[in-house]
Amino acid sequence: MNKGDYAVIGKSVPKIDARLKATGQALYVADLKFPNMLFGKVLRSPHAHARILRIDTSEAEMLPGVKAVITHKDVPAKKYGISPARYDENIFCIEKARHVGDKVAAVAAIDEQTAYRALKLIRVDYEVLPAVFDPIEALAPGAPLVQEDYPGNINVEVHQSFGNVEEALQRAYYVRKDTFVGHRTYHSPLEPHGSIATWENGKVTLYTSTQKPHYIQYYMAHEFDLPMGNVRVVAPFVGGGFGGKTGPTDLDFSSVVLSHMTDRPVKMLYDRSEMFAYNRGRHRLIMELSTGVDRDGKILGIHANFIMDGGAYTGNGIATAYYSGALLTLTYDFENYKYDMVRVYTNLPGCASQRGHGGCHPRFALESQLDRIAQHLDMDPIEIRLKNLRKPNTVTVNDFRINSCELKSCIETAKKVSKWNNKREGMPSGGHGIGLAVGSYVSGAGYPIYRTNLPHSVALIKVNEDGTSAILYTGAVDIGQGSNTVLCQMAAEAMGYRYENMRIVSADTERATHDFGAYSSRQTLMSGSAVKEAGEMIKAQILQMAGEMMNVDPTKLDCRDAIVFLKDDPSVQKGFGEVAREHFVKKGLLLGRGSYSPPKLGGTFKGSTVGTSPAYSFAAQVVELQIDKETGAIALKNAWDVHDSGMVINPALLEGQVHGGLYMGIGEAIWEEVRFDQNGRILNPNLGEYRLPTALDLPMFHASTVESSDPAGPWGVKEVGEGATVPTEGAVANAVFDALGVQIDSLPLTPEKIWRALKEKERSHGT
Amino acid sequence: MVPIRNIKREKSRYAIDLVINGDPYSLAVKANALLLDVLREQLNFTGTKKGCELGDCGACTVLLNGKPVNSCLVLAVEADGQHVTTIEGLEKNGKLDALQEAFINNGAIQCGFCTSGMILSAKALLTSNPQPTEQDVRKAISGNLCRCTGYVNIVKAVLSAAEQEERTSHE
Repeated sequence: MNKGDYAVIGKSVPKIDARLKATGQALYVADLKFPNMLFGKVLRSPHAHARILRIDTSEAEMLPGVKAVITHKDVPAKKYGISPARYDENIFCIEKARHVGDKVAAVAAIDEQTAYRALKLIRVDYEVLPAVFDPIEALAPGAPLVQEDYPGNINVEVHQSFGNVEEALQRAYYVRKDTFVGHRTYHSPLEPHGSIATWENGKVTLYTSTQKPHYIQYYMAHEFDLPMGNVRVVAPFVGGGFGGKTGPTDLDFSSVVLSHMTDRPVKMLYDRSEMFAYNRGRHRLIMELSTGVDRDGKILGIHANFIMDGGAYTGNGIATAYYSGALLTLTYDFENYKYDMVRVYTNLPGCASQRGHGGCHPRFALESQLDRIAQHLDMDPIEIRLKNLRKPNTVTVNDFRINSCELKSCIETAKKVSKWNNKREGMPSGGHGIGLAVGSYVSGAGYPIYRTNLPHSVALIKVNEDGTSAILYTGAVDIGQGSNTVLCQMAAEAMGYRYENMRIVSADTERATHDFGAYSSRQTLMSGSAVKEAGEMIKAQILQMAGEMMNVDPTKLDCRDAIVFLKDDPSVQKGFGEVAREHFVKKGLLLGRGSYSPPKLGGTFKGSTVGTSPAYSFAAQVVELQIDKETGAIALKNAWDVHDSGMVINPALLEGQVHGGLYMGIGEAIWEEVRFDQNGRILNPNLGEYRLPTALDLPMFHASTVESSDPAGPWGVKEVGEGATVPTEGAVANAVFDALGVQIDSLPLTPEKIWRALKEKERSHGT
Repeated sequence: MVPIRNIKREKSRYAIDLVINGDPYSLAVKANALLLDVLREQLNFTGTKKGCELGDCGACTVLLNGKPVNSCLVLAVEADGQHVTTIEGLEKNGKLDALQEAFINNGAIQCGFCTSGMILSAKALLTSNPQPTEQDVRKAISGNLCRCTGYVNIVKAVLSAAEQEERTSHE
């Protein structure tokens, strides 16, 4: 079927919720109010590492308007986390606080002001302990121990070896070894996290700003020994996530407990600095990378030897530890690969998953190194990439099966649209630079986060009595990326229905259906598969009923745009609504069900599941910039992304994802970094000093796609949401390399680093 | 700074009058109450978002006498006697403002959390400068952070709304 043959998909229909958002009617957690609602706040440790000797809440409890004060004594002592393999966190600190901002107690009061006042009345006696803030120092003998159960501060070690890297590097014509540093960054969604809990007849309902209602339900049930059916988790409108809203927060747990104790709804919100203290953003990563190539630039082997600063807790970080090495093999074809990783505990806020999870910093290292190798071999950066390119229908050295892959076409298109040749060679070297990097990302994780055989996505469609609307029920979560829109387009296409008549109930563990949620760029492919199946089930019933009504064989009928017609003579028609109504009267409720589980994927080695996916997206990005040699400041001139996303359901939304991906990658490459003082306090826990790019910092971005279709995705779809962030840091770094002739090994590429690199270059040229 | 006019003090509360989206409101507020909190909590104009409470993100932007302000940096008493426009006030007689239409049609809305403030900053721009350049638009919204869009489609939307308004005024 050609793209033009579809009635609903492949079209940039307006977002289903755009009007609500444009008029201020969309309700986010902070906008929800319930009768008799209390307001809660969490007390946080001012110390990076401190034993808690005594907590006295009596004065706080006596403050008029305070309804409850809780500490670890009032909650289960059971540890939680994200992956059961590394549950290392308690609702409140029990013996000690492990980072500045670690949670110590919580209050519920009649209003926000009283809650803040109560926090000040809680007396905590701390014994300050020596702390450690650097992963290499944390690995040294005698370093302060962050987590008692993890000797040497080693949170997780990964050692994977494929082929024979030592031998490959030995026979290589050129081996390059560099150490790169990726920095700690933070998602900074515009909407702060928030939770509201309310209990009724032994069942708790938790409204929370999350990407993953199912998992939050699972963690709450686990922590409080409740059946899953007694926990309802709802994500209302979510103001951005980017991987930061994938785990339970102290607000989720505290509001559930405080609401239970007071028998009143309890609302709790992070302020901006608390968000930085919760963090769970991108890890600081020290990346030693050794790559050997033959005389023609063909990669013979790569050894990635990484150390990660995990902060005080694991969260999703165990997945990051594996992803950071696993995803490096996707874009290039090589036979020998070794990956060693230590994720280390420090007394800083925990790090976890951020857009392009595990892909961005390692990709910065590899793409930077390839440009250095290309320079050594006197090759164009594009040439060395084409030489090593991933091809469709291949298997990576670490056992990931690649179906569709149009990376070649992405690179060639990027080369053309960016006028690469002219700019690379033709421009004077007065600070102008252009750089390219490629990337790839999973279209949904092949395995869930905890071991379960539940399907990954389930969908239900209910057509109303007269067929004038249909409701799609899905557990997928629209965090702004537009999944509600795309899934309704898919449902309408599969049903032979109209997008305008679709309604959606999503992100609610009770009122919608099961789905693992918005992470690992999974929903278009996985939730979409379930939706397509549900839509097709509706269509089959409509055709059957219409056949009976029209007295023809249903196989001779089709349905499109809410019109049933005879395939041989499309002028013979019946309205979808009329047929649906007849079905309702004669046969009952018109329902469609769909379910999706990925096939068994991946190898058999330890950690082989992380990085598996039914399909992988590919992208090439080019960044053009101008460096002010006096100040070292970068001015972005242009950024292009050419994506292989498979079949595109909504081109405008895809472009939006690409713009956002480039935005985050560029921000991280140049400006963004979470910084700490020598006591582990965050120096810039606000949006003034944690420097997000503004509209004045950026040029227009150019997003385009190449023709592609993947057999694993419904209608051939693949991901775009995270893949567009993966190459960006590398592309910016390579443009800086082109501009300066020297490369900078650590991110972000600040004016100071650039200025120093230029001075260093001048000095070495002068002598 | 807006001059605070004579306000009657009653038990640590101040009586103030606001004209919000053209409608008169008389209410009592605490001396330290932020305009943002009064709009959201007392009057239920929750389209005005709280993103940082420090004046960094612009999500709480409203128009005060037509000028964009961070409502987290304005005391409610400072707004006494003045005109406030929130996002809820842009729709007129069931018809969306050209900016709202343009944001919807240009894919300028993703998570939506910056949208209210972004549209109001753009509204103030188009009121004073009906035919802005791309750079004018970027400058006008530079106090409004968006984490989703890279501003690309927002800039396009504002320019297209300006064009639309221009066409309408010639008809």
